[in-house]
Amino acid sequence: MTKKIPLTGDQAVATAMKQIDPDVVAVYPITPQTEIVMYFSGYVANGQVSTEMIPVESEHSAMSACVGASAAGARTMTATSANGLALMWEVVYIAASLRLPIVMPVVNRALSGPINIHCDHSDTMGARDSGWLQIYCESAQEAYENTILAVRIAEHKDILLPVMVCQDGFITSHAVEGIQLFDDKKVKEFVGEYKPANPLLDVDHPVTYGPLDLQDYYFEHKRQQSEAMKGALSILPELFREFEKTFGSKYDFIDTYRLDDADIAIVAMSSTAGTARGVVDELRKNGVKAGLLRPRVFRPFPREKILAALKNVKAAAVLDRSESFSAEGGPLYTEIKAALYDSAIKPLVANYIYGLGGRDVFPEDIKSVFSDLSGILKNKKVKIPVNYLGSRE
Amino acid sequence: MAEKKKSWKEIPIGGLITEAGNAENYKTGGWRTFRPEKNKIKCINCLFCWMYCPDSSIKVEDGKMAGFDYEHCKGCGICASVCPVKCIDMKKEVK
Repeated sequence: MTKKIPLTGDQAVATAMKQIDPDVVAVYPITPQTEIVMYFSGYVANGQVSTEMIPVESEHSAMSACVGASAAGARTMTATSANGLALMWEVVYIAASLRLPIVMPVVNRALSGPINIHCDHSDTMGARDSGWLQIYCESAQEAYENTILAVRIAEHKDILLPVMVCQDGFITSHAVEGIQLFDDKKVKEFVGEYKPANPLLDVDHPVTYGPLDLQDYYFEHKRQQSEAMKGALSILPELFREFEKTFGSKYDFIDTYRLDDADIAIVAMSSTAGTARGVVDELRKNGVKAGLLRPRVFRPFPREKILAALKNVKAAAVLDRSESFSAEGGPLYTEIKAALYDSAIKPLVANYIYGLGGRDVFPEDIKSVFSDLSGILKNKKVKIPVNYLGSRE
Repeated sequence: MAEKKKSWKEIPIGGLITEAGNAENYKTGGWRTFRPEKNKIKCINCLFCWMYCPDSSIKVEDGKMAGFDYEHCKGCGICASVCPVKCIDMKKEVK
């Protein structure tokens, strides 16, 4: 085991990319992902990786170049944030539908407008139906580890879908953490040699990517994507186990904290879970049975895991760091509520949209949510289903 | 045209075509409203029709225009339009 070294989330991801040493990285810098590009281009310039780096003129071009490279048979990565992801949009869907195993660290940042460079999840939540797998990381350590794991997930022969590895902009991407780096050789062995399924460069087996697909077969290709995404639910545990065996870190679709006997619980993704965990401890000291559920994998949606985790909870608050403007609450909330519909025992559920545009979420905010939950538990009723935590009235 | 269509389990993923030159298996003759027919007397075998046909549906044998591939011809009428001796007539398909 190597010792811990201080790295930011962006540096941690760039280091993972160095160790993976992908064939092609086509990328355009955007705050707060910029440092990933900066550090990685340093590795390229210093000859520490053999990657062909394509400095493109926009994110639309970045994802287009990734699609071309991945179709050609190259292990391909990129990285982006917010408006960069938005500019990629058209090609993000194409990457998934062509079944190209591209890995993309995304440093979550608020989408314009008004323009804002700080953290929320509106960028990747907007892309939740694009056919990419999505993993949300609480810490820089997780972002580092998930970037390595994502390569194997994306390239698994029964998945073959691109993966976004999301970390919170600035909060995780720019804060320095002690990171336990894995041995270069071990990472190389874990990701293995990439054997593309249908490379364009294999001239003995010619293949056409992206032909017109009309009423007679388009639907079947979409069905294949659905089945691959559903199939990922049973394949991921194998890869989690292999990752744990190789590196010692335990992974699952979800992470729970003091949830088994909890009456009230908060559901939150990424860095906010850290704040919530501290509050749970404090409340537990005062005899409040509080707990935390943190979904790590959002696509595919780990329905069974979430239902099992919430089965003893009486009232839950789902925290969404993005607004879907559906007038029905945030995306995590609506999906969890939909999953609970078929469940015999279900908690009362309220939604809290929070932290938009990087608005800080303090322990006091989390405490106020738990306090609301205690009220909900007492009255057996959710008075306000969708709340705006930290927004001035 | 009426071949049994395959299920999602039987086709390559991602809409990929893994067999070279299989566009020929896709019969587009059924799209036709007008059908090109050649007046053999007038044809001078200049092969303009062969050059212009967007669907490679002009058959050529021994350097001579030898008719149409009706399994693929969509009846666009370009051949009739470019023929310098106007020897191709577009006739309404009768089913």
